Amino acid sequence: MTKKIATRDAYGQELVRLGADNKDVVVLDADLSKSTKTHDFMKNYPDRFFNMGIAESNMMATAAGLAAVGKIPFASTFAVFATGRAFEQIRNSICYPRLNVKIAATHAGVTVGEDGGSHQSVEDIAIMRALPGMTVFVPADAVETAAAIRAAAEIKGPVYIRLGRSGVPVLHGEDFKFIPGEAVTLREGTDVALIATGIMVAVALEAAETLAAEGISALVLDVHTIKPLDIFAVVEAARKCGAVVTAEEHSIIGGLGSAVAETLSEHHPVPMQRIGVRDTFGESGKPEELLQHFGLTATHIAEAARKVIAKKK
Amino acid sequence: MDQKIAFLQERARAIRRHIITMLGEAGSGHPGGSLSAADIVSVLFFDTMKLDPENPHWPGRDRFVLSKGHAAPVLYAALAEKGYFPQEELLTLRKLGSRLQGHPDMKKLPGVEMSTGSLGQGLSAALGMALGLRLDGGEGAQRVYALLGDGEVQEGQIWEAAMAAGHFKVDNLTAILDYNNLQIDGPVDVVMNVAPLADKWRAFNWHVIEIDGHDIGQILKAIEEAQATKGKPTIIIARTIKGKGVSFMENQVGWHGNAPKPEQVEQALKELA
Ligand SMILES: Cc1ncc(C[n+]2csc(CCOP(=O)(O)OP(=O)(O)O)c2C)c(N)n1
Ligand SMILES: [Mg+2]
Repeated sequence: MTKKIATRDAYGQELVRLGADNKDVVVLDADLSKSTKTHDFMKNYPDRFFNMGIAESNMMATAAGLAAVGKIPFASTFAVFATGRAFEQIRNSICYPRLNVKIAATHAGVTVGEDGGSHQSVEDIAIMRALPGMTVFVPADAVETAAAIRAAAEIKGPVYIRLGRSGVPVLHGEDFKFIPGEAVTLREGTDVALIATGIMVAVALEAAETLAAEGISALVLDVHTIKPLDIFAVVEAARKCGAVVTAEEHSIIGGLGSAVAETLSEHHPVPMQRIGVRDTFGESGKPEELLQHFGLTATHIAEAARKVIAKKK
Repeated sequence: MDQKIAFLQERARAIRRHIITMLGEAGSGHPGGSLSAADIVSVLFFDTMKLDPENPHWPGRDRFVLSKGHAAPVLYAALAEKGYFPQEELLTLRKLGSRLQGHPDMKKLPGVEMSTGSLGQGLSAALGMALGLRLDGGEGAQRVYALLGDGEVQEGQIWEAAMAAGHFKVDNLTAILDYNNLQIDGPVDVVMNVAPLADKWRAFNWHVIEIDGHDIGQILKAIEEAQATKGKPTIIIARTIKGKGVSFMENQVGWHGNAPKPEQVEQALKELA
């Protein structure tokens, strides 16, 4: 079995390394540092860590102020609270003035598990993607997460990084090159393009194996940057394969599936299906059970692939 | 001292004249809360804060956050008077392409330290600035001043920021509350009473000073006391009159967000001559 690491763990570890290299990096949390994994940074750099208490709105606007005097703040809490409770602070105090704040939100998606729907963000990509000037990263594994954190610190402006609670397979080697805004073709194919993000990238690779056994050649595109979307790579994949399935641990409304549909409908319409949470809230259960329950498995992706292939002219 | 007070009173009068002129030209905007804060802003920009209009991004400068962003005219007037940009530019307020947006935009206009307009967020940003400046500057760190409205403090986020500033003992942060007892829908104590204010801020571990916000001498003294206060942020609760300086606007809720007509501009400027 391949090694599994949660992207939040990779975040916490990379943050400590980043803190050593860059003294301008400061970290804010809202009483969830043990869960978001910022507590390692706190232990190493207590002066540069601010526990803001359970007050997410104030945390985001305080981060804006820190950025305004030259710091590079990483603000962390669960994705539901970051993008929901503090939405308007992100909009007006961070994005509108294009301040250099990094929002590293953990516990995104249904793989939060037992805590249930109140804690499972299925709409955060949609919300963050709608904000002008916001960069949106959704890393697929620990390697991408570390690279995304580094890239976020380099980018001048607001960045949203979507991280998960549960362990996910490590897909990339040490030599992996993360280029913001450039999707990665993990597998070449000609019959169908599986375009995935976050933890669904590993699931899409699994689906491609299943399809290969049936003689179907599936391309797998890893979209770690939802915004700016790699329009070129998405259109190329659609052109090459003539059919597309998107996969995300997020609502089918407003996330990767929407972004791809928007792009293809303008540039190169092909039969398409979106795998994602179908306009409903999450619920309690084990992460694996929930992925099954919400139709987020390799079986579901493979089934969608067969359907879109059948629709090809 | 008397000379200094006279000088700052004259600057405040000039700021008030600019407010009236630019709002008259713009045809919309917020005179009441701009006028009520003119004396406070005059002291901050022409006595208190270390600033360099020639070099607006000078790292050693003090910071001002207009948390009640709708009072943008008072900030623009002070910046123009201070020499950040030509005074003629005040006449572009709220027009397409202007750097003088309806609410302050830090990306457009040098001298604006934080984009505001959504009430309740500026104190948090000021707190972040004060924390960041303290990290680098320690004891001698630059100071941050935030101007709040009395209606604005109905926002829950203000109290999150108040709690955090008290907790972190951010003594390079000073808030000034423009206590004019009016908001849009009526008197603050009728819409949603915020009193007792001094007790609330004290309970959040702030040093509290109560003054007449139109008495330049009292404002100067309060700022001095704030600068000398260690281990705590300070709030200056300044009793003010909304629309101060223009007789027909004073204490009139209707002048919160309406621009004066040409004949009203004329009369107001006569009173402020
Ligand atoms: C979050 C938010 N809600 C509502 C408004 C609309 N608004 C603009 S000014 C204002 C009243 C402000 O009253 P106060 O803080 O007392 O300001 P002042 O009297 O100094 O003008 C309101 C409700 C806003 N700008 N932001
Ligand atoms: Mg008021």
